[in-house]
Amino acid sequence: MGLTEKLNPPPPHFFAMSIAVEMINITKSFPGVVANDRINFVVKKGEIHGLLGENGAGKTVLMSILYGLYRPDEGQIFVNEKEVQMDSPATAIKLGIGMVHQHFMLVPSLTVAENIILGREPKKNKVLLDTNKILSDIKDFCDRYRLEVDPKASVYTLPVGVQQRVEILKALYRGADILILDEPTSVLTPQEVEELFKAIRALKNQGKTIIFISHKLKEVLAICDRITVLKRGKVAGIVKAGETSPGELAEMMVGREVVFTFEKKRAESDEVVLRVEGLKALNDRKLPALKGVTFEVRKFEILGIAGVEGNGQTELVEVLMGLRESTAGNIFLDGTNITNMSPSERIALGISHVPEDRHKRGLILDFSVMENLILGRHNKSPFTKRWIMLNFDKASNFAKGLIQEFSIKTPSEDAPARHLSGGTQQRVIVAREFSRKPKLIIASQPTRGLDVGATEYVRKKLVEMRDQGCAVLLISADLDEIWALSDRIAVMYEGEIVAIKDAGKTSELELGLLMAGGKRE
Amino acid sequence: MNEEKQRSNPKAGQLLREILARLGSSLRGIMPEIIAIIVAFLVGGIALLATGHSPIDAYGAMIMGAFGDVFGIGQTLTQATPIIFTALSFLFASKCGLFNIGAEGQLLVGGFAAALIGISFNNLPIFIHLPLALLAGALAGGLWGFIPAVLKAKLGAHEVITTMMLSYVAFYVTGYMVNYPFKAPGWVAQTVIIAPSAQLPRILQPTQLSASIFVAVILVGLTYYTLEKTTLGYEVRAVGLNPTAAESSGISVKKGMILALVISGALAGLGGAGEVLGVHRRFIEGFSPGYGWDGLAVALIGRLHPVGVLFAAILFGALRSGGMVMTRATGVPLDIIFMLQALVVLLIAAPRMIRYLLKRGGFKW
Repeated sequence: MGLTEKLNPPPPHFFAMSIAVEMINITKSFPGVVANDRINFVVKKGEIHGLLGENGAGKTVLMSILYGLYRPDEGQIFVNEKEVQMDSPATAIKLGIGMVHQHFMLVPSLTVAENIILGREPKKNKVLLDTNKILSDIKDFCDRYRLEVDPKASVYTLPVGVQQRVEILKALYRGADILILDEPTSVLTPQEVEELFKAIRALKNQGKTIIFISHKLKEVLAICDRITVLKRGKVAGIVKAGETSPGELAEMMVGREVVFTFEKKRAESDEVVLRVEGLKALNDRKLPALKGVTFEVRKFEILGIAGVEGNGQTELVEVLMGLRESTAGNIFLDGTNITNMSPSERIALGISHVPEDRHKRGLILDFSVMENLILGRHNKSPFTKRWIMLNFDKASNFAKGLIQEFSIKTPSEDAPARHLSGGTQQRVIVAREFSRKPKLIIASQPTRGLDVGATEYVRKKLVEMRDQGCAVLLISADLDEIWALSDRIAVMYEGEIVAIKDAGKTSELELGLLMAGGKRE
Repeated sequence: MNEEKQRSNPKAGQLLREILARLGSSLRGIMPEIIAIIVAFLVGGIALLATGHSPIDAYGAMIMGAFGDVFGIGQTLTQATPIIFTALSFLFASKCGLFNIGAEGQLLVGGFAAALIGISFNNLPIFIHLPLALLAGALAGGLWGFIPAVLKAKLGAHEVITTMMLSYVAFYVTGYMVNYPFKAPGWVAQTVIIAPSAQLPRILQPTQLSASIFVAVILVGLTYYTLEKTTLGYEVRAVGLNPTAAESSGISVKKGMILALVISGALAGLGGAGEVLGVHRRFIEGFSPGYGWDGLAVALIGRLHPVGVLFAAILFGALRSGGMVMTRATGVPLDIIFMLQALVVLLIAAPRMIRYLLKRGGFKW
């Protein structure tokens, strides 16, 4: 099939009533869990269909079945009203199904064009790459779908949002009419999300069918026509986006009402727990990432740091935890200068840390839940005995206690952390960090990638810790989160704190402007 | 009385069933290894046929040679002993995410240091002299692990390069030592015999099997115990599995790496000391036919588990000792044994090594 044929999709409402995908009675079990339990899932042609559910509800499994990555135990799949045996992604691609995974499958050192054509290279004289044709084809392609990207740019130089566009183009280039987007917004900034939504709408206008997997209510409501809600492997409801509300959806997902706002006890204190003065540091490329950051966090207070990602937040947290060297400035905890202390000394003084990347920094995935829960405390009483030995009995009891207290859904304390869902993994981290009785909690993107239930839980816990007198430094790219939790809000822009506001005395508009570098004080 | 018997019987039956089930599942678990060994022997058989030998005669002689009598078993264990040490050495470093391929050099310096202590004192009691010599071996091997560890921690030099290069340094430095300053009279590059008080006793005369095998078996247990039950082992594994998370939790990654490489080197050094003090009774240039490299293969065949290592080392030992008998009895060249070893490694260890490297996020040179 030539490219030009692919470029001529049927007119928008040609198939208006026909069905693109129908999955009937799909059941899929893994050892110990029924991931999909007799699920019926219907997507009409030309619609944007949301697949909503908490982590572990079975969304990704269902879509992996549709994409041929898993075979269902039971059930039938129809594509374009014909029954198919989905035995591999190759079959799915042949049937016009494309999938954009949460983690991109691009070759970073190749250019955009090379990535798009990878595996389907147009050739000149059967051997040589037809470079000119590739470039012009892709240019046409980008124009048609209004997905702007420079075909000659190397992928590793591109921001995440653009890389995602490349993934979408790749799927389209392979002839996808039905596009599965797995949690596409989880890595994007608000601006990039807007761009993505524009592109999705353009695709819909071109007659493409889109399945949008997400656990974010707002986004699903904003972009989708119809929504199928999954809960614990079953369909909890199918609704039209125009006829529902966030509250109704959340209830369907979680099975109960969800709290979006938090009651905070009024408790004020002048006691400064963390003081940061003129902190400077370099990023990995040896460029200034922090350009003199100064702020304080007090007892009974959540200080939210808002800002678009990449403005120095990651470096700030690393410097505060002793994981990155500062080049100037001082950090005080309870009046003690901790600037030159090692991470373990800081932890011993009462700093807890919920890292932004739980797989990279938060957990050792191949360790058991118990081993993860004692991480950092393994060499202290009561988890050691006779100087060098781990006390497994004590550790085990301790882990069992935390599993109960923090409702960690795990088969046992010996299960590897790798096998837990994202939300449960975050609970393990929260349990470990909060049970230390810290003076200061540094929570970095604490609810990223978590479903509604888990997000609510983590936020509630943060507020609880604050109410008990903890100082909390909350770093989040999610303005709603900052807004819901913070007592004071600092805005970070290009390595500086450009403003610190009382939560009651500012507006989302003002914060948005500050985050974009629009106004400086 | 009768009642009690009835009650205990089903219990015993249950226990038996459980033991059988355990055995069955662990047998199933090592199926890939068993199949690889069978396939290696089949391919080796074809090679034997092609060169005009009878595989049945050759393999028969080999198996009888390796396990057929006490002498054979003794020789098999003698050959397995140094490989247990070097395999444990590779294993320990690998648990910390380090690829120590310098066991050969660590074994040589360990052996030489032990020999040096062995020939330097004449009137020490055995319970001081022998431990001292072993300790010297461990320390020298540990030092040979410490150098690349510090280079890695301070400068980021990759341990694959530094440990391998240090192996050459060890080879030539010990070679120089026994060719010049410490050369015994005669034309062989070797030291004089060590004092009897530094010799590890032979435990199965007339084979060369020495008490070094006890040290090896104890270290198998100790390695397992250290890795699984101590805080040090916990930290080493944490650093190996996820250095970033370990660092964030206050574990010093550099300290963990240095300790792991020093212990790794000490294990190989002890192996060298065992050879010198138990088997050769002196340091002979080139006494190791590549125990360090065999250790790497054996560690991988043993699935990086101390007990697995023990059995894999015995397999390699059997191939070596049985192979020599086979050569003598049937005239089949010893090279066929190296081919068998290589095939086993290729079939078991190579795919696993590739997976291991991939899991570590690629081989960065």
